[in-house]
Amino acid sequence: MKGSAIKYERDNIDTDVILPGPYLKIHDYDELAKHAMEGIDKDFHKKVKPGDFIVAGRNFGCGSSREHAPIALSYSGIKAVVAISFARIFYRNAVDGAFLLPIEVEEDAYKDISEGDQLEIETSKNEIRNLTKNKTYKMKPFPELIGKIISAGGLFNYKP
Amino acid sequence: MNITEKILARASGKNKVSPDDVVFANVDKVMIHDVSGPGVIAVFEKLKKTGMKIEKLWDPKKVWVAEDHFVPAADKISAQNVVLLTQFTKDYGISKHFKYGMGQYGICHTLSHEEAMVLPGEVYVGGDSHTNTTGALGAFAAGLGHTDVAYVLLNGKIWFKVPETLYFKLNGTLPDYAMAKDLILKIIGDIGTDGAAYKTMQFGGTGISEMSVEERLTLTNMTTEAGAKSGIIEPDQKIRDYLAQRGASNYDEIHGDADAQYAKVYEYEASELEPTVAKPFSPENVTAARELSSIPLDKAYIGSCTGAKLDDLRAVAKILKGRTVKIRTEILPAAISIFRKAMDEGLVKIFMDAGVMVGPPTCGACCGAHMGVLAKDEVCISTTNRNFPGRMGHVESQTYLASPLVAAASAVTGKITDPRDLK
Repeated sequence: MKGSAIKYERDNIDTDVILPGPYLKIHDYDELAKHAMEGIDKDFHKKVKPGDFIVAGRNFGCGSSREHAPIALSYSGIKAVVAISFARIFYRNAVDGAFLLPIEVEEDAYKDISEGDQLEIETSKNEIRNLTKNKTYKMKPFPELIGKIISAGGLFNYKP
Repeated sequence: MNITEKILARASGKNKVSPDDVVFANVDKVMIHDVSGPGVIAVFEKLKKTGMKIEKLWDPKKVWVAEDHFVPAADKISAQNVVLLTQFTKDYGISKHFKYGMGQYGICHTLSHEEAMVLPGEVYVGGDSHTNTTGALGAFAAGLGHTDVAYVLLNGKIWFKVPETLYFKLNGTLPDYAMAKDLILKIIGDIGTDGAAYKTMQFGGTGISEMSVEERLTLTNMTTEAGAKSGIIEPDQKIRDYLAQRGASNYDEIHGDADAQYAKVYEYEASELEPTVAKPFSPENVTAARELSSIPLDKAYIGSCTGAKLDDLRAVAKILKGRTVKIRTEILPAAISIFRKAMDEGLVKIFMDAGVMVGPPTCGACCGAHMGVLAKDEVCISTTNRNFPGRMGHVESQTYLASPLVAAASAVTGKITDPRDLK
């Protein structure tokens, strides 16, 4: 997986910021995508390209249980969020609904990645290569079951 | 193993589990309401398009439904969502649907204990982040998103990462001016809104043993505000009596082992607790009520799964008896059965004599949905659980979270008031 980093240097990016409340009535996923990250970045919809990654700090996706948040990012083209940590329901919704990959990294990797850096994520090696800076970071391996659900393409395709 | 590990081990058919193990746990009960229900229905529609068979639920008897967020119907869309939900329960043969205005009805988390929908030792999931509440009965109780709830409805199980447990020990008896709400606000102030992320918060000690069941539910309810996966309290005779009064006595309790491990133990002295308030705009932003006595208020709100149980209403009545309110005050019992008990005990008369608006059960204004939301710059003291920007109405309104005693004392003076300072 290759793409550019869209970086938010902050912790506790909550679901209200990722997909603001007034749009919760919308069920058209492409329409939701137009409002992704609107709470902190009105230009997100213009700058995001298919295959891009979001890079952020701690507790990404905290707040409500709305699945609209990973849906809006996914339908914007985001393939993975690289963060120091995730709030639990966002993490589950991202994996189980097969919307995007929640990838946990150490703080130094988060700090090292800059806006626009070209990243290559290889989950089979638990590696993130920063092609712009010619560096390699470790990602925290997915727990076994999570890896299997991801490989299956979501919880409903996973056969226990 | 501690109680949470033992419940998850039993539910996943394992002899032993440890924190960070990922298990597939069989679910005993699942709840949807008028917001998460339509979300789940949307997932079902998506699955139908992929050709998946979804004619039957795994066990409709283990599913129950509440109407609580946008009832009585706030607008046409809310009314339509209730129609959609009603058709869903009919199509899938779910008989436990607490219809608004038909017998028993109220906030889902309140019904979960008031109607003994969940029992000790069970795994309970719901499409709502405050599902944690019911852990006070000795169950593993956690909130999930729509895909996960849909999966449980069809398969009867779901994966969990076994959480580490933070143990909060309360020593001694709470003084009569302090409540469970003061303790949980103090704890959230100490550990922060992600202080228990992915973890379980377990409560114990002599202070918890002496606490009423409803007060314990206030503690587990607000574990969500510390980022916790679940909150739990080991069941005791009070829980057994509470459930027996509601016709439930056949269940398999689980208790932690003598050598149970906890990631961290926190100790609190009940005698040191005092009326505590969380200032805007975060539940972790806590301070003593007395330090805020110059803050003028526009409204007092006594409602929600957190702060409108019978014990909460009794505490409010203790303050309001023979007094009148100085600001507009709204009391919405959390279930209609609690409203009835409050009437039978004479509490509603006390409220009305004080000049208060007494309304029907609803999540309503707690989540800024309807029935009493705040205007720009309005300041509210509330017995609810969250005070993020815009939570109870306008993004520039302010909510102070407090116990029912503090909210009632503040309603009488029109300023934030420690009940000890009420003349």
